[in-house]
Amino acid sequence: MTDSSTAQHINDQGQTNWYTRLDPRVRRVVAFLGVLATLVLLWELYKVVAKALDVTSPVRPDNRTMPHSWDIIWALFQPVRRGGELLIVTLTKASLFTLGEALLGFVIGAVVGFTLGVLFVRSELAERAFMPYVVASQTVPILAIAPMVVIWGAQLGMGQQLRVGLIAAYITFFPVAINTLRGLRSPDPTAMELMRSYAASGRAVLWKLQVPSALPYIFTALKVSATASVVGAIIGELPTGTRSGLGRALLDFSQQFGARPEKLYAAVLMSALAGILFVGLITLLEHRVVHAARRQPA
Amino acid sequence: MTSPESVTPPPQAGLAIVARGVGKTFGTGAERVEALRGIDLSITPGEFISLIGPSGCGKSTLLRLIGDLTQPTSGTLEVNDKNPHQARLDRDYGMVFQKATLLDWRTVAKNVELPLEVMGFNSSDRATRAAEMLDLVELGRFRDHYPWQLSGGMQQRVAIARALAFRPSLLLMDEPFGALDEMTRELMQQEVLRIWTETDLTIVFVTHSIPEAVFLSNRVLVMSRRPGQIADVIETGLPQPRDEDTRESPDYYAKITEVREALRRLDRDVLET
Repeated sequence: MTDSSTAQHINDQGQTNWYTRLDPRVRRVVAFLGVLATLVLLWELYKVVAKALDVTSPVRPDNRTMPHSWDIIWALFQPVRRGGELLIVTLTKASLFTLGEALLGFVIGAVVGFTLGVLFVRSELAERAFMPYVVASQTVPILAIAPMVVIWGAQLGMGQQLRVGLIAAYITFFPVAINTLRGLRSPDPTAMELMRSYAASGRAVLWKLQVPSALPYIFTALKVSATASVVGAIIGELPTGTRSGLGRALLDFSQQFGARPEKLYAAVLMSALAGILFVGLITLLEHRVVHAARRQPA
Repeated sequence: MTSPESVTPPPQAGLAIVARGVGKTFGTGAERVEALRGIDLSITPGEFISLIGPSGCGKSTLLRLIGDLTQPTSGTLEVNDKNPHQARLDRDYGMVFQKATLLDWRTVAKNVELPLEVMGFNSSDRATRAAEMLDLVELGRFRDHYPWQLSGGMQQRVAIARALAFRPSLLLMDEPFGALDEMTRELMQQEVLRIWTETDLTIVFVTHSIPEAVFLSNRVLVMSRRPGQIADVIETGLPQPRDEDTRESPDYYAKITEVREALRRLDRDVLET
């Protein structure tokens, strides 16, 4: 096994070029900007070509349906309403609010998911008894669960943010539970026998062998959960009537889509940025916790 | 007394391993496989015993029975005058498998410390022991390396250091050098013999290499095809210390021939039945 960072410096032919010679961090930024520029170019190209050929399907190329990319960015720096704050300020506040709810849901979901994974790996009976419900929970649409959480949560005296967090947690615990279970089962049988030969307690086996082996799996799940928790929080804001988050903004701007489409696109952009930010934080944490050699599950 | 108990030999104190009529059957019905039948053996402390036989003869199963990784379906086993389960709880066994099975998120030293952590040694004792063990396998310089930075032979030496860190009285080795090239393999054999003479370990060594079994052992137990039984016991009688000269001595070749003929006899028996 070679160090992953040196391996990335060399392309398939074993040659180097201007791109592979860049610092890995710079390379990441270059790649991100490159893809972004390509997407913008494709968007604008479609508008030009479709207009010239008079194409209306799948999407009309007019500015009401597909505003120019620069108009979307421009809209971010316009006041939301006359004399009000800039759209980007409103959306940033909404994003941070929603990220707060998402983080709460993410943490609850991760703890519940990890606990279930540990429970299932320790007890086959528990896995057989509860796994069907865990799977079933994910086939029920979140839109059906959300109103129940809203009403029951309110009766239990939970705050609005906690209720939204619980809705987000409902989506996020599942990938963590499944991947934790798989990761805890990933150690080589020989390694398990070795621990047995030390007469190791179940707890020692769990913390010294199984959990470290499971970390790459768990982090993969956490990245899935991070994005899912943002989506969960946005959805959870709707039935709870939360006014300060991205959910409300998206709802408002979709109603104004006919007149000001670029506002909705701007809100979508900010939601995506919130998700990227969250996943980025998890990745940073992963790099600190998981040794470079083991970042990918085998 | 004429009770059935008086027929079986009385327990002999002071033996490292005693097996009486040990059998092991896996599965039931059509999938029933009798892996071992009627194994009797006694191993004295400090002996180096090799188990050799055709693949599927149950030599690894016998090792796993001794180490309490699986339980016999018939007969009894005693290890240091205890049942194997108690011996395992008393941490009497060090084990080395064909795969080194080092934890790749731990450094070499931390891998050697693993059993000590599990057994509740304090951190200064752990560090001292680990350093001692790495010196024993001559890997002191590599204490801060990660397993994937080491060659296969070095990884296996770390596995041996780890197995010996808590000073078990028995070392059970299951084809430990099976994945190594011939040169490394011979060096490792020399290494294990050196460690064996420097300690008072009892070693049970599973292999399918005849020269390896002869070079290392006091006694070679030749096992028959399934169901595995002990077909022959060959005392090697080669003088200690054994080294490169041993590998060229006529006595060594004679013993290799003897083991090979014992293994051939098994095939002849199979063909005749």
